[in-house]
Amino acid sequence: MLDITNMTKVFYPGTVNEKMALDDVTLHVNKRDVICVVGSNGSGKSTLFNLISGTYPVTSGKIIFDGNDVTNSPEYKRAMTIGRIFQDPTRGTAANMSIEDNMITAATKGMKGLRISLNNEKREQFKKLLEPIGLQDRLRDNVGLLSGGQRQALTLLMTVMSKPKMLLLDEHTAALDPRNAQVVMDLTERFIKEYELTALMVTHNMQFAIDFGNRLIMMDEGTIILDVSGEEKSKLTVPKLVKLFKNLRNKTFDNDEGLLTKE
Amino acid sequence: MIEGIFVDGLVFSLMVIGILISYRILDFADLTCDGSVATGAAVATMAIVNGFPIYLALVLSFLAGVLAGMVTAAIHNKLKIPGLLAGILTMTMLYSINLRILGNKANVPLLRVETLYSKLPKIFSFIPSEWASLLGTLLVVLFIKVLIDIFFRTDLGVSLGAMGGNEQMVISQGINPDILKLMGIGLSNGLIALSGGLLAQYQGFADANLGQGMVVQGLAAIMLGEFLFSTNKISLLTLRAILGAIMYKALMFFGRKYGYLVNITPNDFKLLTGILVIASLFIAQTRSVASSKGARRKAIARSLARHEAELKEEN
Repeated sequence: MLDITNMTKVFYPGTVNEKMALDDVTLHVNKRDVICVVGSNGSGKSTLFNLISGTYPVTSGKIIFDGNDVTNSPEYKRAMTIGRIFQDPTRGTAANMSIEDNMITAATKGMKGLRISLNNEKREQFKKLLEPIGLQDRLRDNVGLLSGGQRQALTLLMTVMSKPKMLLLDEHTAALDPRNAQVVMDLTERFIKEYELTALMVTHNMQFAIDFGNRLIMMDEGTIILDVSGEEKSKLTVPKLVKLFKNLRNKTFDNDEGLLTKE
Repeated sequence: MIEGIFVDGLVFSLMVIGILISYRILDFADLTCDGSVATGAAVATMAIVNGFPIYLALVLSFLAGVLAGMVTAAIHNKLKIPGLLAGILTMTMLYSINLRILGNKANVPLLRVETLYSKLPKIFSFIPSEWASLLGTLLVVLFIKVLIDIFFRTDLGVSLGAMGGNEQMVISQGINPDILKLMGIGLSNGLIALSGGLLAQYQGFADANLGQGMVVQGLAAIMLGEFLFSTNKISLLTLRAILGAIMYKALMFFGRKYGYLVNITPNDFKLLTGILVIASLFIAQTRSVASSKGARRKAIARSLARHEAELKEEN
């Protein structure tokens, strides 16, 4: 599905601020893999996502997605097949427009034409889709009126309804309160099953990363230091994971460990 | 007289709709307007002077505006500079181009040629000539308003609105935002130039300095309109822009007429327009603070009521 070979990203090369954000990362993602990505702040998780989705160009290396070399293709083109959800709930929807207008924009990917696709039939479909998140009666309300949790749930719905081949979830529940985070997470799980999606998810919750998905990747200082899947992953516990990290890196989690919650 | 205000306002309203598209819908602070309105006037005037039919003159001025807007969008897209700067660049360059279009003259009159406003009284000969001008302009403006309303309800139009709200969202939907900006800013300036084309015919001449301060006047009109009612529907947004344009022109008319009483001359209008915009922004801000306070009060009341209801149930 996704083949990343020897991918490197250097920010501000040649200046005093030069920073190697990703260092020769190679990753192979199989179809229907659900991968949790953990690592402390600055370990390169977000950069990895930004490079996969094309927000920044790579410094070197290659990205093959679904058999096509997408290393140099712009973000909007990759978005045709890769759905991405950000931590910030405001980034996935347009606050100045109604829910139905947001959904009609997401219903088909790519450049739009001069057709008016939003009709009553579509509205009925949208209502059905909105039922699990309880927004079925608010089609005409502006998205700006929704809470962060509702917006993130709507973003998730909009992302999966355009049927991406792969889902990138960038701590998409981190900005929500625990109850809303649970709602959005349940939906995520449900949609991944229902639409048979391949997904990569960044999380700071180690217990969650152990429980969720079939594969776990740990990143540190721009490299992938641990990649476990299947049975090996199911045997993991948080203390084991912390110990693995210690052995691998010969250091302890820094104070940012607080972000890698253990509950 | 009163008809004059309305014709003036309606001609101006096409420009205000153009500014509405760039500033409000696309969230793109575009200053091309000051240049493209004069471009529209110049193109329409020269086309008419050279014997082109009036409708063709107006179409040409629209297309010239589209081109000007696309130049701004292209500068912004390719060089990654802010829209504001891109607009100022185009506006400044347009000043020279407008003088070229006008044959290196600052001012070209539309004398002894048929213009829309000499034709309209003949077409609607059953009413006085001032009212014929008003009716004709009203029809043109309504026709364009309806087209714009329909356009912004198509999938393409909705995605333009989405880009104004959140550019990342349209990128995530696989749409190239650069192309949307080309189209949106192009359309905006097309309307602005069309307004210039009508204005030249209404006032009977094209002037290279016609556009000075137009953006601010347009913004003032939009903000005046926004006091009327609040909406997120495109048809009401454009209606509000038209009403705001007429209100602005009416204000200016009465300023000209009675301003001398308080020693105000037309020279002061740019200052007053600026103050009007600032005052509108200030009022809008206090209003939104007040309404969010109101919303908070309501939310607290709602949650209290819910708690009480729960308590009752438990009992």
